[in-house]
Amino acid sequence: MEKTQGFDYKTFIEKYGALAILALCMIVLTIISPYFLTALNLKTIAIQTAVIAIIAIGQTFVIITGGIDLSVGANLALSNILTASMMTSGVPLWICLVTALAFSAAFGYVNGLAITKMRVPPFIVTLGTMSIARGITLVITNGTPISRLPEALSWFGRGEIVGLPVPVLIFIVAAIIFNWVLNHTLFGRYTYAVGSNMEATRLSGIDTGRTVRMVYLVSGLLAGLAGIVLMGRLGLAHPTAGADYNMNSVAAAVIGGTSLTGGVGNIFGTMIGALIMGVLDNGFVLLGLSSFYQEIAIGFVVIMAVYLDLLQQTKLRERR
Amino acid sequence: MEYMLEMNHIDKRFPGVQALSDVTLKVKPGEVHVLLGENGAGKSTLVKILAGVYRKDAGEIILGGQKVDYSSTNDASKLGISMIYQELNMIPDLTVAENIFINREHLKGWPKHIDWEKMNSEAAKALKKLNANISPTQKARRLTTAQKQMVEIARAISADSRIIIMDEPTASLTEKEIGELFRQIRLLSEENVSIIYISHRLNEVKEIGDRVTVLRDGQYIGTRDIKEADTDDLIQMMVGREITQFFPKCVAKKGKEALRVENLSRKNVLHDISFSVHEGEVLGFSGLIGSGRTELMRAIYGADGDVSGRVYVDGKEAKVSSPKLAVQNGIAFLTEDRKNLGAILSFPIYQNITLASMDQFSRNSVIDHQAERSRSEELFSMFNIKAPSIDTVTRSLSGGNQQKVLLARWFCRDAKIIILDEPTRGIDVGSKVEIYEFINELAGQGKAIIMVSSDLPEVLAMSDRIAVMREGRLTGILDREEATQEKIMKLATLG
Ligand SMILES: Nc1ncnc2c1ncn2[C@@H]1O[C@H](COP(=O)(O)OP(=O)(O)OP(=O)(O)O)[C@@H](O)[C@H]1O
Ligand SMILES: [Mg+2]
Repeated sequence: MEKTQGFDYKTFIEKYGALAILALCMIVLTIISPYFLTALNLKTIAIQTAVIAIIAIGQTFVIITGGIDLSVGANLALSNILTASMMTSGVPLWICLVTALAFSAAFGYVNGLAITKMRVPPFIVTLGTMSIARGITLVITNGTPISRLPEALSWFGRGEIVGLPVPVLIFIVAAIIFNWVLNHTLFGRYTYAVGSNMEATRLSGIDTGRTVRMVYLVSGLLAGLAGIVLMGRLGLAHPTAGADYNMNSVAAAVIGGTSLTGGVGNIFGTMIGALIMGVLDNGFVLLGLSSFYQEIAIGFVVIMAVYLDLLQQTKLRERR
Repeated sequence: MEYMLEMNHIDKRFPGVQALSDVTLKVKPGEVHVLLGENGAGKSTLVKILAGVYRKDAGEIILGGQKVDYSSTNDASKLGISMIYQELNMIPDLTVAENIFINREHLKGWPKHIDWEKMNSEAAKALKKLNANISPTQKARRLTTAQKQMVEIARAISADSRIIIMDEPTASLTEKEIGELFRQIRLLSEENVSIIYISHRLNEVKEIGDRVTVLRDGQYIGTRDIKEADTDDLIQMMVGREITQFFPKCVAKKGKEALRVENLSRKNVLHDISFSVHEGEVLGFSGLIGSGRTELMRAIYGADGDVSGRVYVDGKEAKVSSPKLAVQNGIAFLTEDRKNLGAILSFPIYQNITLASMDQFSRNSVIDHQAERSRSEELFSMFNIKAPSIDTVTRSLSGGNQQKVLLARWFCRDAKIIILDEPTRGIDVGSKVEIYEFINELAGQGKAIIMVSSDLPEVLAMSDRIAVMREGRLTGILDREEATQEKIMKLATLG
């Protein structure tokens, strides 16, 4: 058997394709708008991307297992409302924040329970819990936002540490931690295994149910974390917050190379995917187009990204 | 026209591997042409080029005297070439009939819709020809590997092909079904259909084949008339050396009881089964397809829920209600269905090897990559896996080499009780001997081994005792000395 050296285009595109698209978007926008490549604007993009990027990390775990979490946005909103009402009734801030994370993680875990114990497909389970959570949120608030949140909370949305915005720091740290989890822990390895071949994984003596539940827990936890950042930025808790986060977090993961058929994906790609969306968003603003256009654009981008992934998959399958 | 098919000077390269170089294959009309070669020799690659799965890099294909060029499985089947794949590919949620007629459904009326009656009755006819007791309306998901194999064969036969390629069709069949298959093959060749037949079972090659082509390491070694070639020559051509002992059995010292099963039952599948295995012992399991051997192993391993009865490990009752608990109790289980239930095809080889043993390669759930890789390297060379490196993605391995990866997985686990369901399925003659030596070594270390095999000579030669099953019942256990093919067949068919 002889080995080939040389350049493998396919793995290159797989690994760095999203990065190339990001670079392309940035170059185009730099040419179109003199304002785009300024420190201030780049910082704005990073801050605006933070929330969706944090959620997309969890979504990446979920999609790697072959699932999908459509409840992240509603989870975030409910968690926000609950903790905001605690804050306004005088509970110390740190308790509220811990509660936010714990609640969202538990929410995710319940998704996982329904998926593994009741064997309802993830799409249906999370679609259902999305509706339930959103409903509860609206019932509690009657549709009105909760404002007058403690001043200290705004640090999470607008604070800075040595010139770096806190939201950006949070998303970078979360990305580093969960990238490590995915690549260097048993949980990470089993996440890939479950998504590639659930039954073979189970027959290797691995508790696949537990792995799946933990994955949804992670997704919930990160939705809660993103919620804290969002409240910090807005200074209020909005009952309809996060409605477009489901779509956008899936989009970020998929653009970043995570495969909806499971077993494939990485955090770095997802971060690039989130940045692409942030840059597009920003571009539309700079071009003076309504953000509604962005929704149209994202729809196209997601379909194209999944299409490209499927092409890849069919090629693999044909090779058996 | 002397040849139905000529494949000349075929080259094919995959990233990192020259799978075929300058290979020739010439098939006469109505003949059964056998392809032989070690695992990874390039047999599947060659026939997949013919079936339109892969594109050749160089060379020509001449079909019925005409040069043809095509690049899809669809084109190939239009030219009358159909193939039974080594790794069975069936759509689990479709019925048997739908799978048989996939892509060529019977239609009727306007607007065109599926003619279920016709499809089901045609499928039933095709299955009946094979004497296979499978309902056309059954979901493919519920079929065993062997039944899937029969359905694939029915599909190929009912497609009116000029050339049928069979890539290890008998790997999971027992004598009875093989008999049916051979009868069908003879009928087909009377109708002038050419068969390209790949198998690692040399005795059946002699029985069914007319001519044979041997490949080694992607090279064409030669073509012979089967009548003129003797087995030793063929092995010499395949392996490049002589093999003297095919079944190197050592009887190990029998220790205390390692596993005892009492009154194991599963509704409609297993009925009141009791037996035990001792340390150092190899207990073979024989029986026809559908006799419940795989189901029994799954039940012991905790793979299915609705099982009653008791399992004792080392004399103590063990609640084995999930594979996880089985593994914790020191039981390993190599499944017969490597594609769906065994390998994680998208993983690199080393991650498949270590999958069941990650506790050995981690501390506090954090993976020790170095330990993991170095142990994998050891097993990779110990099992002689043919691949560029341990980082090669498992999907790209040849069938036999995937099987070796899974054997390495359970060897790595170092369990006390090792259940092997068709361990040499798809393994070439030379490597089989190596695997038997592993089994000896394991038994010598005092492990208890259960070996399910449809290969009678293998069970007879490698087991200390042989359990025989029929229709979900254990019909007898024979000692090594008293066991013969006839006795086993009698227990398997009459009880
Ligand atoms: N899709 C693929 N990508 C990369 N390498 C491949 C691919 N398919 C096969 N190979 C390599 O080509 C070589 C020949 O493989 P092939 O499957 O043809 O072997 P085989 O003779 O059928 O072996 P076996 O008896 O084990 O089935 C092997 O080294 C294998 O790893
Ligand atoms: Mg093969």
